[in-house]
Amino acid sequence: MQEITTYLAPRRLDEALQAMADGAATVLCGGTDLAPQTESGARQYTAKLLNIRRIEGLGGIETKGDKVRIGAVTTISEIRCNPMLAEIAPVLVEAAEHFASEQIRNAASVGGNLCNASPAGDMIPPLLILDASVELACWREGAVQTRLIPLEGFFVSPGKTVKRPEELLTAVVFDRPAADFVGKFRKSGPRPALEISTVSVALGACIADGRLSNVRVAMGSVAPTPLRARHVEAALEGKPLDAATWAATIAVAVAATAEDAKPIDDVRASAWYRGHLVRVFVEEVLNEVRGN
Amino acid sequence: MKSVETEIRFKLNGREVCLTVPVTMKTLTMLRDKLGMTGTKYACGEGECGACTIKLDGQTVNSCLMYAVDCDGRELVTIEGLRTPEGLNPMQQAFVDHGAIQCGFCMPGMIMQADTLVENNPNLTREEAQRGLEGNLCRCTGYTKVLDAVDAVVEAKKCCGRC
Repeated sequence: MQEITTYLAPRRLDEALQAMADGAATVLCGGTDLAPQTESGARQYTAKLLNIRRIEGLGGIETKGDKVRIGAVTTISEIRCNPMLAEIAPVLVEAAEHFASEQIRNAASVGGNLCNASPAGDMIPPLLILDASVELACWREGAVQTRLIPLEGFFVSPGKTVKRPEELLTAVVFDRPAADFVGKFRKSGPRPALEISTVSVALGACIADGRLSNVRVAMGSVAPTPLRARHVEAALEGKPLDAATWAATIAVAVAATAEDAKPIDDVRASAWYRGHLVRVFVEEVLNEVRGN
Repeated sequence: MKSVETEIRFKLNGREVCLTVPVTMKTLTMLRDKLGMTGTKYACGEGECGACTIKLDGQTVNSCLMYAVDCDGRELVTIEGLRTPEGLNPMQQAFVDHGAIQCGFCMPGMIMQADTLVENNPNLTREEAQRGLEGNLCRCTGYTKVLDAVDAVVEAKKCCGRC
């Protein structure tokens, strides 16, 4: 077992990234995943423990032009209580509303929820339908270098992402949704609080001239990573909201879930039940979208 | 497991504290084993039950998940810090008055959470209290008397505001 030889709580990003340059830092923010994972032995510490919570500029929610930027150390409570997000991206606030418990929301960070890369990560499906990207920073050739990765391409497998060990996730960014964008989120578990989602579904679309466009559907806990449900999206793109064809549109979209969702049996639910929940949620959110 | 130690300074129940902790030590262990503050309880150890709830810069957190090093420069309040010179604080007293306590093990966390909910929202409804206490589990009694106690504190505070 690795001995921790260094603890750092820098105030500047460049200091943190220099400390990470050798790829041997364990990043600490809220600790809500790191603590139980290291206590149970599921995860090992590396030689350095790097607390990123005090780094200036790594928190906060801001808009610049048509871009929305949520700093990595922003807590789930801050997202839940942010009036600007409630107005422009209520689907994110809704997901934060049902995230774990208040005690955990007050500590857990959005960056941590993404880097933990759980197939059930609650903030992921809503961020996927906002077409978000993550900003990864590292120290190279004497300077801070950053790259933007679409969130859809960020996850590799449970707990694994394309982020390199020397990189730090610094923010999640997305374009301010269009005025006619509607987003919906559903998650399921035996109780509303403190649940690792059995299944989660987020759906976003623009509604103009009685038709759906720019349809984005995301699902959690139905595959090794959260995913964009491209077949369901294709079944819905451009479809009219009129009463005559709506039931048929829903039926096609619900049938298409089988192409996207590839759930497994595990302690939380059977694959059959997960597949069933996905179909129910897709139908529910579509009816809700039409009701808007 | 061995780990390096570091010095931290923070405010605990209004008093400045300075001590050296292993960097992987959790706040709950620090409170109980280093500082002898055993009011805050260890139960599940993974953030599911809320027995270890403390207040940190005005917001509640699970102290079993929180790294002690992250207390540096911050302000903590534990159940021991709620008591006023006049006696129990209103939430503690309401829990006693309403018989909200059975074995009592979950109570320090439950009271910290309830007290913070009312502090942050003086017009807290019963439904909001229910939602806010989702992260606090009680294994031996129910939640009805707990919610009655919270309601009573909210009502009493409203009354004081008017009179």
